Amino acid sequence: MTDILERARTKVLDDGEGLSYDELVEVLQLPDDQIPELLQLAHDVRMKHCGPEVEVEGIISLKTGGCPEDCHFCSQSGQFTSPVRSVWLDIPQLVKAAEETAATGASEFCIVAAVRGPDERLMSQVRDGIKAIQAAVDINVACSLGMLTQQQVDDLREMGVHRYNHNLEAAKSYFPTVVTTHSFEERWETCEMVRESGMELCCGGLVGMGESLEQRAELAAQLAELGPHEVPLNFLNPRPGTPFGDLPIMDSADALRTIAAFRLAMPRTVLRYAGGRELTLGDLGTRDGLLGGINAVIVGNYLTTLGRDADEDLALLTELKMPIKELAKTL
Amino acid sequence: MTTGSPSYCGHCGRPADAEDHAACAVRLAMEPPRFCTRCARRMKVQVTPRGWTAECVEHGVLTS
Ligand code: SF4
Ligand SMILES: [Zn+2]
Ligand SMILES: [Zn+2]
Repeated sequence: MTDILERARTKVLDDGEGLSYDELVEVLQLPDDQIPELLQLAHDVRMKHCGPEVEVEGIISLKTGGCPEDCHFCSQSGQFTSPVRSVWLDIPQLVKAAEETAATGASEFCIVAAVRGPDERLMSQVRDGIKAIQAAVDINVACSLGMLTQQQVDDLREMGVHRYNHNLEAAKSYFPTVVTTHSFEERWETCEMVRESGMELCCGGLVGMGESLEQRAELAAQLAELGPHEVPLNFLNPRPGTPFGDLPIMDSADALRTIAAFRLAMPRTVLRYAGGRELTLGDLGTRDGLLGGINAVIVGNYLTTLGRDADEDLALLTELKMPIKELAKTL
Repeated sequence: MTTGSPSYCGHCGRPADAEDHAACAVRLAMEPPRFCTRCARRMKVQVTPRGWTAECVEHGVLTS
């Protein structure tokens, strides 16, 4: 049997096909001394199938904390003794955040709410917010508002939402260990409705939550099956007061193997660095990931934690000769 | 207690001088404070792409 990297080169790089679950397990088992070669292959795949551009996005929490769900990694669940208090952002602050994001050169601005799914109040706040942003800023607006009904999918599309984020969070076999208040299937359903609606689907997950290596491969394979336009990859940042608050920070070599495996599972997707990279990878690892399959970043801060300085990230992209993807004028 | 020095840790909310908060200090470089350092109340924190604000009902608003 030929070496997995050899086979991946033919299958993914040459033929543009993603690796299977079994092949991804092999990738995740590669020894440390083969990581540079693995990252190089993932980078080659990204360059060939996506190009050198990097998609930059900013995110904002419209409604923070007090969520009724119990995702064990999340500081915004109202079920744990997390220090995060419930708070709403007003429209002028929302527009200001969109302006700050656009000023970095970002093409995407994602409005996030900590909810199971949107109620009327949230939908109307989002409608007003999007109108105000569109009047003031040239940027694509994305939303992440939890599980949706078909009507809400249609309404969001109508409002001009360009992309909708709803993560699988974890592999199907690990999901019940991470969330008990809703099911993997419920998440999947919302994702499918979004994908069918014509909005772009953004769907990813977290790693470093105590899952096995096989479950990491499983998550990548399940995402590939779903076929989202974008996959945000988060590394667990253990939050005080949450059930996963005492888990160790993920090993950086494992994080890099995961990045490359995700790229080899989904050669054409927008693979975004989301939360936790500062902690797991640091500055050096951040660069390795950008040269190992990542082609999108969240710039600036996250929802409840701070990110790397936006200017440092932008300088790194310039240094790596990776131009920022320009705002698509296709809407 | 010396005036001017914080009484509580902004990260964990426990008394500042009762234990070592070195790990909390590291965390505070990567996240906004969650507790008021004067009264230990949980603050209302809003993170934005390039900053944050944290408000204590009693002691007002802190900004990054
Ligand atoms: S649904 Fe979202 S906001 Fe609510 S607990 Fe889960 S991850 Fe956190
Ligand atoms: Zn402390
Ligand atoms: Zn106070």
